[in-house]
Amino acid sequence: MARRVMIKGNEAIAMGAIEAGCRYYFGYPITPQTDIPEYLSAAMPKVGGVFLQAESEVAAINMLLGAAATGARAMTSSSSPGISLKQEGISYLAGSQIPGVIVNMSRSGPGLGGIHPSQGDYFQSTRGGGHGDYRTLVLAPSTAQENYDLTMLAFDLADKYRNPVMVLGDALIGQIKEPVELKSYRKKPKDKPWALTGAKGRHGHILKSLFLADGELTDHNWMLAKKYKSMEKEVRFETYRADDAELLLVAFGSVGRILRTSVDILRDKGKAVGLLRPITLFPFPNKAVRQAADKAKVLMVMEMSTGQMVEDVRLAAECACPVDFYGRPPGSIPTPDELAKEAMKIWRKRGLK
Amino acid sequence: MYFDTIIAGFGGQGVLLMGNVLAYAAMQAGKQVTYMPVYGVEMRGGTANCTVVISDRPVGSPIIHEPVSAVVMNRPSAEKFGPMVKKKGHVFVNASLVKAGQFETRAKRVSWVPTLELANEVGNSRLANMVMLGAVVQGSGVLTVQQLADALTGALDPRYHKMIPANVQALEAGARFVSEQKAA
Repeated sequence: MARRVMIKGNEAIAMGAIEAGCRYYFGYPITPQTDIPEYLSAAMPKVGGVFLQAESEVAAINMLLGAAATGARAMTSSSSPGISLKQEGISYLAGSQIPGVIVNMSRSGPGLGGIHPSQGDYFQSTRGGGHGDYRTLVLAPSTAQENYDLTMLAFDLADKYRNPVMVLGDALIGQIKEPVELKSYRKKPKDKPWALTGAKGRHGHILKSLFLADGELTDHNWMLAKKYKSMEKEVRFETYRADDAELLLVAFGSVGRILRTSVDILRDKGKAVGLLRPITLFPFPNKAVRQAADKAKVLMVMEMSTGQMVEDVRLAAECACPVDFYGRPPGSIPTPDELAKEAMKIWRKRGLK
Repeated sequence: MYFDTIIAGFGGQGVLLMGNVLAYAAMQAGKQVTYMPVYGVEMRGGTANCTVVISDRPVGSPIIHEPVSAVVMNRPSAEKFGPMVKKKGHVFVNASLVKAGQFETRAKRVSWVPTLELANEVGNSRLANMVMLGAVVQGSGVLTVQQLADALTGALDPRYHKMIPANVQALEAGARFVSEQKAA
């Protein structure tokens, strides 16, 4: 049986990375994710890996690009303002089709903002984030266990699609300590015939994002677009007491886990309320939301922001049912009781029985 | 089964360790559990606190605004967290540093535990936190002292393992104090 340990969410990310064969970490400290580099600074040398504290976030993401170009599994992590700095590098990774894992244990913005949990980086994560027409796969864990599991998955998806993968948590998901089952990584990592390994006995490879020849960049962009489309099969989501729900709550990450308790509170009062929690934010679970919109009478999105994912839910629902919203900007974390009360406001407003 | 508590005190009183040991013991007992350290801009000499939630169901929120119980190791913590505890709740007060009338609470039950005096009887005033933890499990029934004692090996860094017997004595002293109070 897998070993069960009591660890911080951030540590679970670091342990998942090592288990998945990541041997190169480049980062720069920032609250609330510094437990990740702290853990890896001790753990990486023990497995023959490299821990490197870079001089800046910009340097770290470019070191990731370099390491990953050789076919190695590499990771960087930061929090919101630091992730903003990395965007140029992420765009280059996407353009050059180099896989890499980027962890954002997000804090609150805009600007320097604060260190409270926030979900205000949803747009930045799911819309590419940097310049150019690209996407990153985005995984949104809601427990320390998922931090561990999804970090391992992130490396697989990055290699499979030769694309950067973002793990998007927040201060709550990073700082929480919970039991985690340390499952073994059993997959055989994919061969990487494209990697830069020295061209002895073969033609050289070129990994680049600059395409100046006639029509070359058009083709490149269409090829990338097809690739992003093909990622749809990676959609992951979780439902909770959703089957007969008249009011279906939709939330990701930390709000997603808090709402489980809100759903229990409302079910105890006899209200048919359920939960849909997207785990992949890109690709977004469009079909699941559309089907839910056909079944439920009302969808209600809750986020620790003034409203970002709600736009994707509205697009996916295609006006099949009303989509309401409750947002909590950074400052305090909503409790299950508070969110249950907000859900009840919509329940009454929409005349549900 | 559901239990939550905010454990608070001065930095250095070992409040985070109390939360860690409690959470570790709950995990070993097969419960769902979360531990959340205080999160904010703290300073040296300021207060520290953590929240532990133990349940049979998956824990939704690791942060609680109206806790079932609070463990207050100093006066500022008693003033801050005492009033937040639920009416049917339980406040465990470090009677060595906090006196009656120094804080408000609507909680039905308040246990006054002379942690320093009891820790000194065990032989080390630094064990006051473990005295209090013994009192908390005895008073709330959330876990047993034995379960806490069994958690020490996993929850403590190996370099402190030689201190485990003294820690167990402190846990027992706190638990004994509460059961004697109940009997009286």
